[in-house]
Amino acid sequence: MRLVAPAAEGAAADVIAVRRLGKRYGQGADSILALEGIDFSVPDREFLSIVGPSGCGKSTLLKILAGLIPATEGEALLNGTPIDGPRRDIGVVFQSPVLFPWRSVLGNVLLPADVQRLGREEMTRRAYGLLKLVGLDGFERRYPWELSGGMQQRVALVRALIHDPALLLMDEPFGALDAMTREAMNVELQRIWMERRKTVVFITHSTAEAVFLGDRVLVMTPRPGKVGDIFRVELPRPRSLDVMNTEKFGGYVRRIRGILNAGGGLE
Amino acid sequence: MTMGLRGFSLRLALIAATLLVWEALVRVLQIPAFILPEPSSIFIALYRGMASYLYLDHIGVTVAETLMGFALGSALAFTLGIAVALSRRVEYFLYPFIVMFQAMPKVALAPLIIVWFGLGITSKVVSAALVAFFPLMVNTIVGLRSAEEDRINLMRSLAASRWQIFWMLQLPNAMPYIFAGLEIAMIFALIGSIVGEFVGAQSGLGMLIQSMNFTMDVAGQFSILLILSMLGLLLNSLVIEVRRRVLFWDPSQKVDAVGSAAAEKGGVQ
Repeated sequence: MRLVAPAAEGAAADVIAVRRLGKRYGQGADSILALEGIDFSVPDREFLSIVGPSGCGKSTLLKILAGLIPATEGEALLNGTPIDGPRRDIGVVFQSPVLFPWRSVLGNVLLPADVQRLGREEMTRRAYGLLKLVGLDGFERRYPWELSGGMQQRVALVRALIHDPALLLMDEPFGALDAMTREAMNVELQRIWMERRKTVVFITHSTAEAVFLGDRVLVMTPRPGKVGDIFRVELPRPRSLDVMNTEKFGGYVRRIRGILNAGGGLE
Repeated sequence: MTMGLRGFSLRLALIAATLLVWEALVRVLQIPAFILPEPSSIFIALYRGMASYLYLDHIGVTVAETLMGFALGSALAFTLGIAVALSRRVEYFLYPFIVMFQAMPKVALAPLIIVWFGLGITSKVVSAALVAFFPLMVNTIVGLRSAEEDRINLMRSLAASRWQIFWMLQLPNAMPYIFAGLEIAMIFALIGSIVGEFVGAQSGLGMLIQSMNFTMDVAGQFSILLILSMLGLLLNSLVIEVRRRVLFWDPSQKVDAVGSAAAEKGGVQ
């Protein structure tokens, strides 16, 4: 499958619909408003980047979408049904790979299949395919501690994809990697995404990463977390790293900076 | 720390020198055998005891008591540790008992246990189990609660049930703690059975030490001490061997196997 421009979503139903979403931690005078009036939707097969400074509530938003914590206002719908707890049709990639050292690469990848009691045989076949897709074929029997940081995060990505979720949530997945590995992983992720075409919500604090990967970019401003802007990135795919040097790319990055500066988000 | 062949032979030389000085001092100063026997008579006592199979029977009894006490104490500690770690309510009600028993020197219960369970092997198994119990229970609780939040969040995001979180995450995650507890429990079980035998028994190495004490056979006692220290080493290496196989993934284990750089990486995440 090869889609050159993100223009095909037209009539597709929204996978995610977030309406007037708010989150308040604590109660009364000491409570903290983390999120307020968040509104957005993600159509099928779209890659949405959410960018914002630390403390803008983007991780809180992701936890709500993953069903790990409840919202205090509004609602988030996944394929039309409210997210009111963890769901089996979501895959999550966290900032650290969170691999279990007592499981091999294959064992880690099959964790969701074990939890959800999916057919081990078919899932193993899928796992081999996905590991090949991320360039880890031959590493199935290795253990996490034998892998580099970038390889570990790829295993985490395959684990999030193994049960074929409707939605892939990524919470600063490359934040712990060095700059060069990170760029390589961005290119890699784009390639994988173009091949599998999942609906992705990708959270990052890097403006460049958000623009490079996103079909659209949602900019969050802090205290409380709000949607500052949401816009489409009109850059053809596949994007190479050189795209970062173009005037158009620079324009998108400046647009994000402008909003964050106005919101007092950047020091 | 390894010092190579040179270091090893130096070590042996040091042990030999110590024995020689000991032997010489006892002979020159004419220290009576019931105070401090010379090494040669200790080894002779050891040889005689082993050759006449007298020691073997008692070794068998003590090892059996220790292993059974270890198994019983560990099984109870493991079960109760899981119950306490998983249920706040169980913890709340058991807490006073745990605190009281933990503060008490368990060996002080040995005379009572002899009264309750008799002079046979049962009382020694019970006293070994009692002493072995606490270190493993505490380690089980701490281990089960040590699962990182990230890992729990991952399991929860997959809609895992509480039992799945326990089986797939908490239990394997607790294994390094549990094995550390088992190592201590094994040595403690040996202490428990020896103390039990001191207080009242018909056989066993502790009983043998007691009876040798009455006949002032100090060389014999030293030879038993030597055996006990060997037993301790052997029982400990038994646990360590099992641990090495089960915990191949634990960073503190595999420093030798994979190299420290890789081990460090595995330990970070």
